[in-house]
Amino acid sequence: MSDKLNVTLHEKDLKKVSAAQKVTKAASKTLTYAFLFLIAIIVLFPFYWMIISSLKSLDEYKLSVPTLFPREILWHNYVEAFDAANLGTLFKNTVIVGVVSTLLSLVITVLSAFAFARLEFKGKNALFAALLGTMMIPGELFTITNYQTVNEFGWMDTYTVLIVPFLVSIFYIYLLRQNFLQIPNELYLAAKVDGTSDIKYLWKVMIPLALPTLISITILKMMGAWNSYMWPNLVTKSAEMELITNGLRNAYTDASGDTNFPVQMAAVAIVSAPLFLVFLFLRKYIMKGVSRSGIKG
Amino acid sequence: MVESKHKWKAWLYLAPAIILLLIFTVWPIINTLHMSVQEGFNQAQANIGVTFDYGFGNFQNVIEYDYFKDCLFNTILLCVLTVPISTILALVIAVCLNSIGPLSRFLQTIYFLPYVTNSIAIGMVFAAMFNMVGNNFGNENELVITAGIINNVIEFFGGDPINWINAGSSYWANITVMVVYIVWNALPFKILILLGGLQSVNKQYYDAAKVDGTSRFRVFSKITVPLLSPMIAYVVITGFIGGFKEYSSIVGIFGEKMGPTGDARRLNTMVGFIYDAIDTQQGRASAAALILFGIIFVVTLINLAVSKKKTHY
Repeated sequence: MSDKLNVTLHEKDLKKVSAAQKVTKAASKTLTYAFLFLIAIIVLFPFYWMIISSLKSLDEYKLSVPTLFPREILWHNYVEAFDAANLGTLFKNTVIVGVVSTLLSLVITVLSAFAFARLEFKGKNALFAALLGTMMIPGELFTITNYQTVNEFGWMDTYTVLIVPFLVSIFYIYLLRQNFLQIPNELYLAAKVDGTSDIKYLWKVMIPLALPTLISITILKMMGAWNSYMWPNLVTKSAEMELITNGLRNAYTDASGDTNFPVQMAAVAIVSAPLFLVFLFLRKYIMKGVSRSGIKG
Repeated sequence: MVESKHKWKAWLYLAPAIILLLIFTVWPIINTLHMSVQEGFNQAQANIGVTFDYGFGNFQNVIEYDYFKDCLFNTILLCVLTVPISTILALVIAVCLNSIGPLSRFLQTIYFLPYVTNSIAIGMVFAAMFNMVGNNFGNENELVITAGIINNVIEFFGGDPINWINAGSSYWANITVMVVYIVWNALPFKILILLGGLQSVNKQYYDAAKVDGTSRFRVFSKITVPLLSPMIAYVVITGFIGGFKEYSSIVGIFGEKMGPTGDARRLNTMVGFIYDAIDTQQGRASAAALILFGIIFVVTLINLAVSKKKTHY
């Protein structure tokens, strides 16, 4: 009898415990979501502020109690932004530098990765290790001398100076070599027996198989061109040769230090838009590429 | 036959890369070392035949130079503040994201957005958010008009507005803004890596902990963190390396003057110091660059040593 009572009591306790557990579980779920949404708002807020500010008039922007949505939408800010900083030229330069350097860089990377992955030659491993070693050195160390070198070459203020010094990326070669190594060597030997040339084999077999890596490299390289600041700032002297980031920073502040914030925000939105579009469509490749590279640009 | 044919072919394929590397990577290493040990080296003078004494004067000058110490201090301070904050925050966010089912992918995409931005451009947005627009700035007591949304929020909660980045702002207000911006910028990469690590953790550990009735905090500190330690080590190391090269985020917020109006260059960093000397004092710039390399090298070694001890593979 008392045994039975004990058992029922025990069961009741268990039920109570599990009910309490359910409550804590629901509470912690809610807290988790609340936290994650709060972070999402913090992450998104600058973008929201950029867009609504870019559509306000300067007077509305300066109100001491800010409006969370523009009273009157001023698309004209975007036109003004485009004219004030000569964004058309900046866009053109950035696209030319980005596309040309990406294409050339891909060719160099594919050829080098192929040599390191498929061909046997003396000193291959030592050379590869030495190349990887240079990745530890901060880029600023190279910049000091490269700045003198391009000056000596007479490359200042040309597209060449913006493209050539950064064509070789050891990291991309490394990434692609790893990818190439996964392709069975038998395929290459079979192709050799059939008399296929290396270039044809690369083009027909290796490149299609390594396409995801190549797409990641392309995107990272393009983003790099879009975001590069220091080198273009050093080597471009005329407004006609500037890249987008260089032209952007000071274009909307007048001599007295007053900044036309709405127009400035419109320019920032224009510059950010292409990156977002690329991200929207190629999210998978970007995130995969980034998780393996760990470098920005 | 095939082998020997390959040999010259391999070098042919490597030729473009090797030529470019010789000019833009190997030569700079040699030249930087050479310039750094010529006291007071200056390229323009060298071009007209001036010679410089060999010695370690450049290093000594740089280290004894107060302004370099300021730059070094700024760099280290930003590193020491932003790397732990962003790593811990990213870890908590990643664990939370991993614990929810629906919306997890959607939220992850949102969190990744700061990565695909131009750090100068979005720095300008942050500058606008922290900025004050009004006639009386410069004197903290007279702040009447503010349009900086951050100050509006502070006032909404009953606080006093702070002069964050304008003329007359305090050093620590400036640093706070930089920390907020750098952390905001650093989160996407860290969340991506840590979440990737979490998703590959064996679920059995968690099931065992559940059976034992282990508390959530203990699960986090005794299972999640040790299992994630290789990824944590990775984001901390890359965070420090990136942090020691901090530069463009400061240009984004403060412009090329690297400080608030009236106190330009106050927030300059190691990289900024090197760039300032690049035109006229190549000896000093080279010495500073080598010191930067040395610091990054040592910090990486320390991190590796610590993580080897603490890392649970």
